[in-house]
Amino acid sequence: MQLDNIEERDLKMGLANQVVFAKTLEELAANDKAILVVTSDSRGSGKLVPFAEKYPKQIVEVGIAEQNLVGVAAGLASAGKKAFAVSPACFLSARALEQIKNDIAYSDNPVKLVGISAGVSYGALGTTHHSLHDFAVLRAINNLTIVAPADNFETEQAVRKAVEFKKPIYLRLGKKPMPFLNEADQSFEFGKGRVVRAGEDLAIIANGETVYPAWLAGKALEEEHGIKTTVVSMHTIKPLDTDLLEDIAANGRPILTVEEHMVNGGLGEACASFLFQNGFKNPFKIVGIPDEYTVTGSQVEIFNHYGISGSGLKDFALELFNSKK
Amino acid sequence: MTDREMKLKSIYLRKSLLKYIYKAKAGHTGGSLSCTDILNVLYNRVLNVDPKNFKNPDRDRYIQSKGHCVEALFVTLADRGFFPESDLETLCQYQSHYIGHPTKKVNGVEQNTGALGHGLPICVGEAIAAKLDNKTHRVFTLLGDGELPEGSNWEAFLSASHYKLDNLYAILDYNKQQITGSNEEVMNTGSVRDKLETFGWSVKEVDGHNLKELEEALNNGPFETGKPNFIIAHTTKGKGVSYMESNLKWHHGVPSPEEYELAQSELTEAEAEI
Repeated sequence: MQLDNIEERDLKMGLANQVVFAKTLEELAANDKAILVVTSDSRGSGKLVPFAEKYPKQIVEVGIAEQNLVGVAAGLASAGKKAFAVSPACFLSARALEQIKNDIAYSDNPVKLVGISAGVSYGALGTTHHSLHDFAVLRAINNLTIVAPADNFETEQAVRKAVEFKKPIYLRLGKKPMPFLNEADQSFEFGKGRVVRAGEDLAIIANGETVYPAWLAGKALEEEHGIKTTVVSMHTIKPLDTDLLEDIAANGRPILTVEEHMVNGGLGEACASFLFQNGFKNPFKIVGIPDEYTVTGSQVEIFNHYGISGSGLKDFALELFNSKK
Repeated sequence: MTDREMKLKSIYLRKSLLKYIYKAKAGHTGGSLSCTDILNVLYNRVLNVDPKNFKNPDRDRYIQSKGHCVEALFVTLADRGFFPESDLETLCQYQSHYIGHPTKKVNGVEQNTGALGHGLPICVGEAIAAKLDNKTHRVFTLLGDGELPEGSNWEAFLSASHYKLDNLYAILDYNKQQITGSNEEVMNTGSVRDKLETFGWSVKEVDGHNLKELEEALNNGPFETGKPNFIIAHTTKGKGVSYMESNLKWHHGVPSPEEYELAQSELTEAEAEI
C-alpha cells in the first residue's frame, strides 16, 4: 500500500494497528481466561479468526446486532469479565451509541470498546462505513476514555493497559500498516501525549493514522525550510494531555492539529477549547475531514484529497507559520 | 414470611410507593402498582440477595429494564433492608440518589436503567458469564410491554436462545397499556407467546397479581433445559386502587390530596380483608 512516499530507511514498517490489537490480545488471553472478545460477525475484519480458533470459549459472537453487542459486553464486564466489544467503528459508535452512553459509561461497566477499520479505513465503501463522528459523539459522554494509537508500539501498549483498565474505554484502530514513529521513546500512558519529533518553531498535534503524515511533514519542514517542528501523537483525546498542550503553546509557536475525523468536535476542537480558555493566542489551524459530502476512494486518496499527507500538511503548516509574521 | 404476610406486604409496598410518589409529586404510578406483586415475590421469595453483602458474586441478578417504575423497586429494596426507608423522603429531590430511574448509587441496584430496551441485553451478558464460570445463580429482568417494540430486545431474544441461557428469566409486566394507549393501538405485538416461542424461549403465563403463581413459575425453572425462560405476567395497570386500575391517566399521574387519601383508605380496607 502506498504510504505517501514512505522512506523505509527512516522508519521501520509495522503491521496494521488492528492486527497488533488481535495479536496482543491473543497473547494475553493465553494466561487470562477473563479476557473475552465480543463480536458482531466482525471477527474477520477484527483479525480475530486465530483468536477464535485458539480460544473458542473466549469469544462471544452476537451476530450483526451492535446494540446487543454493547449491552451483552456490559453484562459480561459487570460479572467480572475483561470484555472487548469489537466492531467497525462506524457502527459501534453510532448504532450502539445509547448502549455506550448508558450501559457502559453511565453504569460504569469497564468494557473495552474497540472500533476497528476506523475513520476512512473503508474509504471506498462510502459514508455508511466511515467513522468521522466517533470522537465528537464519544467526547460528549462522561466516564469514557478515548484512545486512537498511532503506531504498533502505542497499540500494543494500549491493549495491554486496557486489559487492566478499570474504567470504560474506547480504542480506535485502523487497518493500514503503520511505521514505528519513535523507537527511542518507549513510554506510553493513557492521557499522556507522545512526542514523536521535537522542535521549537511549530507544532503538529495529531492522533491515530494521521500521526505518520504529520511526522513526514515535520521532517520536511525542518529539512526543506529549517522550521523545527514538534510532532505529537495525542493518542488519548479524552482526557486530553493539557499539561503537554500548555508546554507546547507556551512559546507562542503556531499549532496545527490533524485528525482522521470531521473537523467538528474532534481533536482539533478539544485542543482549541483548552488553549482559548487558557489565554493562548497561538496561530492555530484544524485539519481533518471538512463538513461536506465526503469524497470516496482509498484511505490514502481521501487523505491526499484533504491535505492529510506529508506534503499537504507541510503546506498547511507553512501557511500558518507565515501568517504569524 | 407466611403467605398471608406476603399478601399484606404487597399492600404495604403499594401504600408506600404511593406515599413517596405523592410526596415527590412525580412517579410512574400505574406501572409501579402493576409490578408491585412481581417485585414482592422476587425479593421475598425468589432472589438470593443479601442487603449486607450485595456484591457477593454468586448472588442472583435482577435488572429492571422498565426502569421508570423505580418507585416499586425502591420501596421493595428499602423494605428488604438495602437502605433505610426514610431515604425515600428525598425521592427526586435535588442531589438525591433516589431519582426517577434505578441507579447504582442506591444499594441493591445492579445497573443504571431507564432508557428502554437495555435491561435484557445486559442480562444476556450476565447469564453468559455465569454459564462460562459454571455458576448456578440466576439472572432476572422485568420488561414493560410498552418497550417490547425496541429492536434491542429482539436482538437479545435471539442471542439468549442461541446461547441456551436457561439461567435467564425475563418477566413481562403485561398490563397491556402504555403512555399513549393500549399496546394494540400503539404497536400491536400480536401474540407475545407465539413470538417468544418462535425465538426459542420457553414461555409460561401467570396471573401477575397471584403471588403463588408467580413464585411457582419463578422458582421452578428452567422450564425446559437449554431454553431461556419467559414469564408473561398478566397484570392490571394501577392495580389495587379502584380509580387507577386500567386508567391511562395514571401512567405517571400524581394523586391530589383527596385522591391520595382515597387510595390509602382503599388499600387499608383491602388489608383488613386479608
